[in-house]
Amino acid sequence: MDVSNTVTSHDHAHDHHDHGPAKGLMRWVYTTNHKDIGSMYLWFSFAMFLFAGSLAMIIRAELFRPGEQLVNPEFFNQMTTLHGLIMVFGAVMPAFVGLANWMIPIMIGAPDMALPRLNNWSFWILPVAFSILISTLFMKGSAPNFGWTFYAPLSTTYGPPSTDFFIFAVHMMGISSILGAINVIATILNMRAPGMTLMKMPIFVWTWLITAFLLIAVMPVLAGCVTMMLTDRHFGTSFFNAAGGGDPVMFQHVFWFFGHPEVYIMILPAFGIISQILPTFTRKQLFGYASMVYATCSIALLSFVVWAHHMFTTGMPLAGELFFMYTTMLIAVPTGVKVFNWVATMWQGAITFETPMLFTLAFIFLFTFGGFSGLMLAITPADFQYQDTYFVVAHFHYVLVPGAVFSIMAAAYYWLPKWTGHYYSETLGKTHFWLSFISINVTFFPMHFLGLAGMPRRVPDYALQFADFNQIVSVGGFVFGLSQIFFLYIVIKTIRGGKKATNLVWENAEGLEWTLSSPPPYHSFTTPPVIK
Amino acid sequence: MNETVKPHLKKHLKIMLAVVVGMFAFCFALVPLYNVFCKVTGLNGKTAATAQIPVAASKVDTNRDVTVELLTTLNESISTEFTGKDKKITLHPGEYVTTSYRVKNLTNKPMVVQAIPSVTPGLAAKHVNKIECFCFVHQPLKPLEEKEFRLVFTVDPAIPEKFHTLTLSYTLFDVTEKI
Repeated sequence: MDVSNTVTSHDHAHDHHDHGPAKGLMRWVYTTNHKDIGSMYLWFSFAMFLFAGSLAMIIRAELFRPGEQLVNPEFFNQMTTLHGLIMVFGAVMPAFVGLANWMIPIMIGAPDMALPRLNNWSFWILPVAFSILISTLFMKGSAPNFGWTFYAPLSTTYGPPSTDFFIFAVHMMGISSILGAINVIATILNMRAPGMTLMKMPIFVWTWLITAFLLIAVMPVLAGCVTMMLTDRHFGTSFFNAAGGGDPVMFQHVFWFFGHPEVYIMILPAFGIISQILPTFTRKQLFGYASMVYATCSIALLSFVVWAHHMFTTGMPLAGELFFMYTTMLIAVPTGVKVFNWVATMWQGAITFETPMLFTLAFIFLFTFGGFSGLMLAITPADFQYQDTYFVVAHFHYVLVPGAVFSIMAAAYYWLPKWTGHYYSETLGKTHFWLSFISINVTFFPMHFLGLAGMPRRVPDYALQFADFNQIVSVGGFVFGLSQIFFLYIVIKTIRGGKKATNLVWENAEGLEWTLSSPPPYHSFTTPPVIK
Repeated sequence: MNETVKPHLKKHLKIMLAVVVGMFAFCFALVPLYNVFCKVTGLNGKTAATAQIPVAASKVDTNRDVTVELLTTLNESISTEFTGKDKKITLHPGEYVTTSYRVKNLTNKPMVVQAIPSVTPGLAAKHVNKIECFCFVHQPLKPLEEKEFRLVFTVDPAIPEKFHTLTLSYTLFDVTEKI
């Protein structure tokens, strides 16, 4: 709330025509301001991150020792399901939408988003959707317990009654994401400052434009998929039921046709953030701007033709397995271009290691690492061994936690002085980084060995030989979880006070957001800046 | 805000809404697309849903044998007995064989069952040629009734040489509530 007060006083000092934020709590309900909505998205995402993280703590506590420890297997299944669903749809995606809301208008020199009222609605759908989803935990029967991929027939024939609430919640999340994406595209295509051609846009704006296209292309497919589930459950259709002429394997095709582009929805904005931060702290231009744009487009296009690599063991013919293996491996090429460009940006740069830069370096290193285990999984014959083991869990957590989540943290530290007008404490930030960096590797690295040794995923108990590594993993998980409470403390401390931030914030920062005051005025650019 | 700042906004919104609606429709279009694709390629091991044109007797390939293993499976908690007369049949491609299956309703209520065939390897499915099969229609059973069903089929001589052994599996579903 302190932020808003500073913003208000600043506004009134400069422009008496301009209205600051309304007073009181209703400001947040009625607001159409991109910064207010961006902040709400970020806070909501952080709340969901802590909630879904605490579900992961229950999982790790249960797996700390072999045998049944704290929770029964039914409850364990609900934990893995809700952890995955909330992290994907409630933590990572809203965080990126929040960053888009905050940063895109001020990066392209616009006063606000193109469709501010729609923006308000797309945010406020989310708390409702997740209240419904979380309320299933307290329902008779059980919460959704079929894994975040909700494969039929587990979610149709065998799904608990609360599955219908899950379907409704997914519909609402989908609507929220689609509206958010439409808003982002409309803003980028219509609201750029004069002279800002597409190829002069900041790379974060580019990656979000492509992400938004992915969102409007695949979120409707997810909506269709859960609608089919709903009609299968209650209206006598047999989309996924063999008895009525349907096919449960088709569920997996439809789901992963959405699911694989979804993976890139969660990582492309991260690529943008990293490409934004790296030039600042290396004091160089981003190497290969145009190739970054084309690589991002290629990844997005390829994401539509690789979905069946999630289904190698469903009995596809050889030609199909080869096709999906090669297209999957092809994605390594544009991704390699990006990693190469990041390394080339650092080459001979005058690098300093502030907290956002540390998270960025960790991202580049650990995301690449996660990408390599992805390549291993893409090899069809090897995948038969890795399928549904902890190796898969290790792989996707490496690309999502030190990947997507670290990029969000890097973005938070990078723009926090701009948002709040205060520098965060560099000592505390670095402590948070090192705690997170070490604990994340302690958590997820041993999972590779567990998976290769044959420990299946989504099990509440395991064979004795896996006990030692699971204990290490759990300890790492607990430390990582606690470190994020520390992050919360750092953010609140920075909002409440600290060294005053300059407009430029960082020594060598480039871009329109750094021409505004810190914090920026309530309405960003009332007269558009002109780009040379 | 001045509308001249956003000259193409309406056009963009229309295109994006069309994409959203189109992709939602495409998701449902995936269902027939998937079925057609599987029918053409035989990817999912489904056999034809109705009787096929018989293979001419002159086309029987007496130079090789194909073994068809016959499996029966009960789906979920369906209360029936379901057994096949033969576990395994060896035939020349093109030669018609007849076998039978016995289904018994173990409940004291009327029941409607449906058998769903599946062939492994999937790519051989389109070469399994059935002229009579109990799986083509729903089969009503009276309480505790026992019925014997005939299956007349062959393997098309066009089947590639690499297939020596096929598995033809029938899963019995209770569809009483579905119809």
